Amino acid sequence: MAAPYDLKDDSVVVIIGSGAGGGTLGNELAQKGIDVVILEAGARHEYDDFINDEWDSFGQLAWVDKRTTSGDWRVAKDFPNLPAWIVKSVGGSTTHWAGASLRFQDHEFEALTHYGKVKGANLLDWPITLAELEPYYAKAEDKMGVTRTNNIEGLPGNNNFKVLKAGADKLGYKECNTGHMAINSAERDDRMSCQQTGFCFQGCKWGAKWSTLYTEIPKGEKTGKLEVRPNSMVQKIEHDKSGKVTGVLYVDKDGKQQLQKARIVAVAGNSIESPRLLLNSASSMFPDGLGNSSGQVGRNYMRHTTGSVYAVFEKPVHMYRGTTMAGIIRDEAKHDPSRGFVGGYEMETLSLGIPFLAAFLDPGAWGRSFTSALDQYVNMAGMWIVGEDMPQEDNRITLHKDEKDKYGLPIANVNFSDHPNDKAMRDHAYKQGQDLYKAVGAVRTFPTPPYPSTHNLGTNRMSEKAKDGVVNKNGQSHDIKNLFIADGSQFTTGGAENPTLTIVSLAIRQADYIAQEMAAKTI
Amino acid sequence: MVTIFNRKPDRDESGPSGKGISRRDLLKSGGSASLGAILIISGSSIIHPKFAWGLETTNLDPQTMATLIQMARDVYPHDQVPDRFYAIAVKPYDAKAGEDPKTKKLVVDGVADLDKRAGKGGYLGLGWEEDRLAILRKIEDTPFFQTIRGGLVTGLYNQKDLWPIFGYEGESFSKGGYIARGFSDIEWL
Repeated sequence: MAAPYDLKDDSVVVIIGSGAGGGTLGNELAQKGIDVVILEAGARHEYDDFINDEWDSFGQLAWVDKRTTSGDWRVAKDFPNLPAWIVKSVGGSTTHWAGASLRFQDHEFEALTHYGKVKGANLLDWPITLAELEPYYAKAEDKMGVTRTNNIEGLPGNNNFKVLKAGADKLGYKECNTGHMAINSAERDDRMSCQQTGFCFQGCKWGAKWSTLYTEIPKGEKTGKLEVRPNSMVQKIEHDKSGKVTGVLYVDKDGKQQLQKARIVAVAGNSIESPRLLLNSASSMFPDGLGNSSGQVGRNYMRHTTGSVYAVFEKPVHMYRGTTMAGIIRDEAKHDPSRGFVGGYEMETLSLGIPFLAAFLDPGAWGRSFTSALDQYVNMAGMWIVGEDMPQEDNRITLHKDEKDKYGLPIANVNFSDHPNDKAMRDHAYKQGQDLYKAVGAVRTFPTPPYPSTHNLGTNRMSEKAKDGVVNKNGQSHDIKNLFIADGSQFTTGGAENPTLTIVSLAIRQADYIAQEMAAKTI
Repeated sequence: MVTIFNRKPDRDESGPSGKGISRRDLLKSGGSASLGAILIISGSSIIHPKFAWGLETTNLDPQTMATLIQMARDVYPHDQVPDRFYAIAVKPYDAKAGEDPKTKKLVVDGVADLDKRAGKGGYLGLGWEEDRLAILRKIEDTPFFQTIRGGLVTGLYNQKDLWPIFGYEGESFSKGGYIARGFSDIEWL
């Protein structure tokens, strides 16, 4: 068969979501000649539709369907209905991401082994190792055109990076450069090079930054084996008496409910929507939700230990010019418990424009202490901290008891509280970040609280044993053989690294597995 | 949409045009009340004589609007930012007050409370910012304060015309990004 596919065609693989996981998996399967339907909740905006304006772009791309929050994290107070800053659009959050593409470190796949039991944390080793994933990391880096791999030059450093680098040198950090970025430093893969426009988060209007929107998806479509249906919000996954999934119910672009039959279903709706869908798919046979015999669906929600440090200098920086995430320091990414916490963190430049800085520098703050910081905008530099946070069972996505979406299904609540290890890490990073900027003459520094989560992880985690998690090492449900998870919700632990490269690598690997099992007729 | 209207500077007193009211007409009419040294209120309008803009209200008393403008400046004070931007930021409350009685009550009662706490002369009569801040700190957990403050985050800072005052250059795609326009021009390091 060739795309488009009939609703009754039960030979297709249905993928829910078109971001790093879903978009990649869809293309990889299509390249192997497998029939794929991707259902994407958002609209299709091509890259020349993107908007160089923070709030207008947010209105175009962000997932703003209502969610609720609880727990002691500050996001629950400042942005009670916006726990995550992710995307509802074809390409998913690969339209919005900054492009940092880092491999996990060896020990991060074995967090329990290396960190030992941490009180209050639900640590577990991944059922795969770095060695097993390395060939797929290599494929992903080539696919995405990651700088400093495959003989691709690093990006040039902008002003914000130069400040970071000068501070890193003063502090004696050794691993500081313009990063491993899935942003073209020269033309590659029919995409042009970075023009230092400064709106990476708003979607790259040049297409220089890798996104499934204009790489994986059109490549898959070109095979005739991939159909992407935008504006298709999946409500429920259906199954038969044997417990195999058989199709998905979704609301189409015209607001009509449809049932798409499927041979295999892969869920890639990011770590809030994916568990919500499994929980909303509860049936008499699976009263706690699909794939949830372990009770771990929705649990172990991780968001990385984040925070930002902004600093004001006596002279201009113009941090907003050029690549948003323009460089990185990796010296603190190691596991060194002598610092008072397990795991590590990365320091990466970051910049916000005036509208977002006003919203995120110190949410809720007012008066001259706050406004005098914005007055120094031109003289400001900034970095983002991203580190490994502890999986905790009660940090979780649940279905709201009362509130429903416009289709009548319970919305998601996101409960999150920092683990003491998260706090210790953040405090360490705040100090290092502020010391770094002071070392190059900062007159004022701002330890800025975490933004709504961009790295949402862990809510359908991989585990060796079925009782410890939701999926196996191939992202396949422990309970339902033809149900897969293809996004960051399958992460067993978070690592210190930005997750996209790992999500893409896992999706490439998963495509091989699905194709192999389909050929063997086990699924 | 915000209906802030611009007039020619007040040294050009050629009379009203469009929705504007000239300062001379205003003064001649005798219906003006001077608030501080900045804004003049007349009928349904607030006039800024020096910087030549005005704002017409339909649902809120112009004095209430003038107080909101001062409050907005007190919440997010930027001395280099003209009043016009604060007026644009709070102007939507006038329209909202017409659509939603709850919003109207929130704003009217909130401003009345500010005036009451300020005593004789009201909130606008308090000459020192610090005296006004003392009042705002007492009410900062109220829905009124949080609504006004929260609205300002986008209402004020998302005005494109405001960004150059902070040195933020905004959209850059149409200019080819910064690759040839100073993305790495730092010299003082």
